[in-house]
Amino acid sequence: MSNQIVVPFGPQHPVLPEPIHLDLVLEDERVVEAVPTIGYVHRGLEKLVEKRDFKDYVLIAERICGICSFTHSVTYCNAIEHIMGIEVPPRAQFIRTIWMEYSRMHSHLLWLGLTADAMGFENLFMNAWRLREEILDDMEATTGGRVIQGSSKVGGIRLDIPDEKLGEMVDHLKSIRPLLEESNRIFTHDQTVRHRMRGLGVLSKEEAWDLGAVGPTARGSGCDMDVRSTGYSAYGELGFKPITFPHGDCLDRCLVRSEEVLAAVDLVERAVAKMPDGPIEEKVKGNPDGEYFAFSEQPRGECMHYVKANGKKNIVRHRVRTPTFTNIPPLVKMLAGIELADVPVVVLTIDPCIGCAER
Amino acid sequence: MNEQKHTVIEIAVTDLLKKAEEYHTKGHRLVQIGCTPLGDRYEINYTFTTAWDFESLRITVHDGDEIPSISGTYWGAFIYENEIHDLFGLSVTDMNIDFQGHLIETRVPTPFKNPPKVTIVSKGGDAQ
Repeated sequence: MSNQIVVPFGPQHPVLPEPIHLDLVLEDERVVEAVPTIGYVHRGLEKLVEKRDFKDYVLIAERICGICSFTHSVTYCNAIEHIMGIEVPPRAQFIRTIWMEYSRMHSHLLWLGLTADAMGFENLFMNAWRLREEILDDMEATTGGRVIQGSSKVGGIRLDIPDEKLGEMVDHLKSIRPLLEESNRIFTHDQTVRHRMRGLGVLSKEEAWDLGAVGPTARGSGCDMDVRSTGYSAYGELGFKPITFPHGDCLDRCLVRSEEVLAAVDLVERAVAKMPDGPIEEKVKGNPDGEYFAFSEQPRGECMHYVKANGKKNIVRHRVRTPTFTNIPPLVKMLAGIELADVPVVVLTIDPCIGCAER
Repeated sequence: MNEQKHTVIEIAVTDLLKKAEEYHTKGHRLVQIGCTPLGDRYEINYTFTTAWDFESLRITVHDGDEIPSISGTYWGAFIYENEIHDLFGLSVTDMNIDFQGHLIETRVPTPFKNPPKVTIVSKGGDAQ
């Protein structure tokens, strides 16, 4: 008969870039239950909306996360624009889409590097982060910021990208594409990666759906769920198809992200090819009055910004449901039954962003 | 502009469990549960979807009311219900995993709760 012991995991742990605490209930080396605790970095940003002008608040919405920052600002803007009936010019929608896909590329490459590091695969870690720098260079060149861009605003965008620069961005992506494909090939076929992640932390398709998993966590379990399918921003004109894998284990969640980096390159190329001319913003008059649930597909999955306004410059309520928050119940399920030594890798595969989860 | 279709249905608190079970039976997933403080009351939205047509059940509650947990139907609902308890101080009954106020450890307890009504009393003692 074995005794149960509780091993604390986090909030400070080498594989955790941000603080989440798990009480792991163990029988010998096997996890029987995982109890999460968050709140170490709760900032109350949703409350701040009551004190800030709804237009200025875009910059705060962007700071919910240091990785999906641009997508947060666009989703908030989408909610306000729908309430106010603002038609965002097509060029602004296309440029927003390009920056969102750049965010996806740098987020996924960050995660792929962290995962390689957690497995002790240092070369692969350095390779992924070197490629991420190439993406961040283009973000910085076009917005002035590496991770916080500040380039989205209610009604459109603050900065245009000249057509010449768009061409240079496509050329740059074409030049690094072979390196991205090589990285993808290693994650797909390398024996070390497969041995460490295949069959680990399995979440079936039914469990993923029932527990509310989103993003690569759901798509790695075969769920064909991606908000980009709804065609928001310019996705409806780019021929988007979600990437799914069937096994529901750590490797498939990894492969979804690895493939999505290449798919993002394709989307940027198509967006540049179809880039319309015209203005980049619509003038905003008055204050919002009403409510709207805006959804977007962040690198980590489906994100929702709920905005309720009453015709004043301060919003009544801004509620953000981030992908990490909804992926916590699936994580709790995945952890039950695995070995203690596998916990770090499984936790990483939901790509936890605690800054997002706690806002 | 691409609209994501979203229908909000206002229901009584007593109908919540039955409605949640209906959505579960029809194969909807739980997207989120979110609370909005509105002066003396709170609106709570339970959002469901099968594909991309969203539906939200909306209940209205007050401080001190008890909200039945839907975690018996949707296992993952505990994360939202504990969040509502920890941030707004609302009482959710029969959660499958009850953190007793320790899921989100904020320095100020229940930071999003409606502020208490303040009555200004003049020097003479009459409330204004």
